[in-house]
Amino acid sequence: MLDRIVGSRRATEGNGHLAVEAGLITDATQLASARPTPWQTVQTARNIARPHALDIIGRVFEHFQELHGDRSFRDDPAIVGGIADLDGRPVIVVGQQKGSSTEENIVRNFGMPYPEGYRKAMRLYRLAQKFHLPLVTLVDTPGAYPGPEAEERGQAEAIASSIQLMTRLAVPVVVVVLGEGGSGGALALGVGDVVLALENATYSVISPEGCAAILWRSASEAERAAVAMKLAGPDLLETGVADALIREPAGGAHTDHDATAAAIKSALIAQLDRLSRVPIADLLSLRYERFRSFGMFVEPDGNATPAPAQPWWRRILKNPLEKGGL
Amino acid sequence: MRLRNPFGRKTKEFPSHLWTQCPSCGEMLFNKQLERNHRVCQKCGHHFKLGALERIELLADPKSFTETDAGIVSSDPLGFVDSKPYPERIAAAQAKSGHKDAVLTGDAQIGGVPVVLAVMDFEFMGGSMGSVVGEKLTRAAERAYADRTPLVIVSASGGARMQEGTIALMQLAKTVAAIARLDEAAIPFISVLTDPTTGGVLASFASLGDIVLAEPGALIGFSGARVTSETIGEKLPKGFQRSEFLLEHGFVDQVVPRTQLKERIAFFLNAFRVAGQDLRWSL
Repeated sequence: MLDRIVGSRRATEGNGHLAVEAGLITDATQLASARPTPWQTVQTARNIARPHALDIIGRVFEHFQELHGDRSFRDDPAIVGGIADLDGRPVIVVGQQKGSSTEENIVRNFGMPYPEGYRKAMRLYRLAQKFHLPLVTLVDTPGAYPGPEAEERGQAEAIASSIQLMTRLAVPVVVVVLGEGGSGGALALGVGDVVLALENATYSVISPEGCAAILWRSASEAERAAVAMKLAGPDLLETGVADALIREPAGGAHTDHDATAAAIKSALIAQLDRLSRVPIADLLSLRYERFRSFGMFVEPDGNATPAPAQPWWRRILKNPLEKGGL
Repeated sequence: MRLRNPFGRKTKEFPSHLWTQCPSCGEMLFNKQLERNHRVCQKCGHHFKLGALERIELLADPKSFTETDAGIVSSDPLGFVDSKPYPERIAAAQAKSGHKDAVLTGDAQIGGVPVVLAVMDFEFMGGSMGSVVGEKLTRAAERAYADRTPLVIVSASGGARMQEGTIALMQLAKTVAAIARLDEAAIPFISVLTDPTTGGVLASFASLGDIVLAEPGALIGFSGARVTSETIGEKLPKGFQRSEFLLEHGFVDQVVPRTQLKERIAFFLNAFRVAGQDLRWSL
């Protein structure tokens, strides 16, 4: 069902051009055969020279006007957002902002939002809905900030409410994972009709270090954890967490911000073109189905009562009867 | 003459199958009496963890609970191996807890009001939410939506199940999406937080109740206390991330002792039911 929106993973898109031609990778086989290891991908996704939200916003959109504050506590610098033009049409864009230097990272809290950051995001989501503007979110965070002030101000509630709002937001939503998609803190910006990820982005339930510390009782096993967690691009395609990957320049996104932004821009325009033609009610039920379908489990048949045991004489007779004997 | 076994250990004064020591006040509690008191210390009111079956017995009217989706079991989406393969962990948890996974869902009545009831069990891999928990909770919410029945979820969970990776993370969005539909349709959802409710479960459906209740002294928070204290490099104050802390900061409606939990839930269910009926009459 999702194929109708994203364009088929295999066949042509709505406009008759191939998704692949639009620079999107929809199948792991389209990736270069020499792939970096998951741990290398984690390092690339965290590279400080990688384009961060504002780098992308400045290159993809025109006339970006940043909007500040959550209207109740303060302005969280780890989340940026505002109104901008994409290819001549206004959209709301919200993203997590990491720093490109240590000083900036301290201001941006290393891209780890506080609850007020998510509440600012929610305010902008509502603004998008109110004025029928499509929403673009840029995910790039190690996770929501885990400090005591964040707990006091309800980090969990802010994330939960943000997810809830996104699942029912009555405008097209496109999510782009730029670098790190760190757990619930990323998902609070990550519920969309289409979820795209840069080729070297990661998306995980917990950081590899955190996973290693808990399951292997040693953070130095992070490399092994990164492999086991299946957090890199091809795995995201396979599990459906990402609908498509955006191709990065040969050396990685950090080598060429302009080319990366150009690829993101053409992907965004193509996706929003398609999404804006889908009636909102359909969009919402498709978005529901998209997230509803995650999960792998084994279910016994509806009537799981075991077949009644056959009497001994029928068991004996059964085989000869089937062979046409007797 | 009294015979002594030269190899045997000294008989304990309080054998552990009969007595439990309260970790809060140190009182020795007679197990049978503790069970009768729904695993609450008679002396200091400390709330021990409660299994899913005992919780259902506590909340649901006698014999009113019928389990649904009981047969769903976990598969191993990632082929995850840490010190043990994930399927082995599942099997061990099933043997230990007697449940198929970390949540029981079903239809029940609370104080005569029909509800869809879901109860998590911390005994099963720390109550962690993977595909099975996510699916059962989503189906419970969808059934509540279809039947216009209130939903009650009792949480006890360390968060998302790491062994299912990003799929486990997506269960947050999946369950919340189902809860969001209830919210739009004005079907009551009561969320009960018990010790502990942390991580991805608190950052999804558990925080979104129309009414959010917590048991006294329960650990409730987004990130583990260890992570938080490492982040700030100092020890955390006493009572941090406990129910009363959340009450003080405005994230739970009430802290309700276990013995009063059922009547309190029934009160809210009745209030919302009456309100709904009034509205229907006026339309």
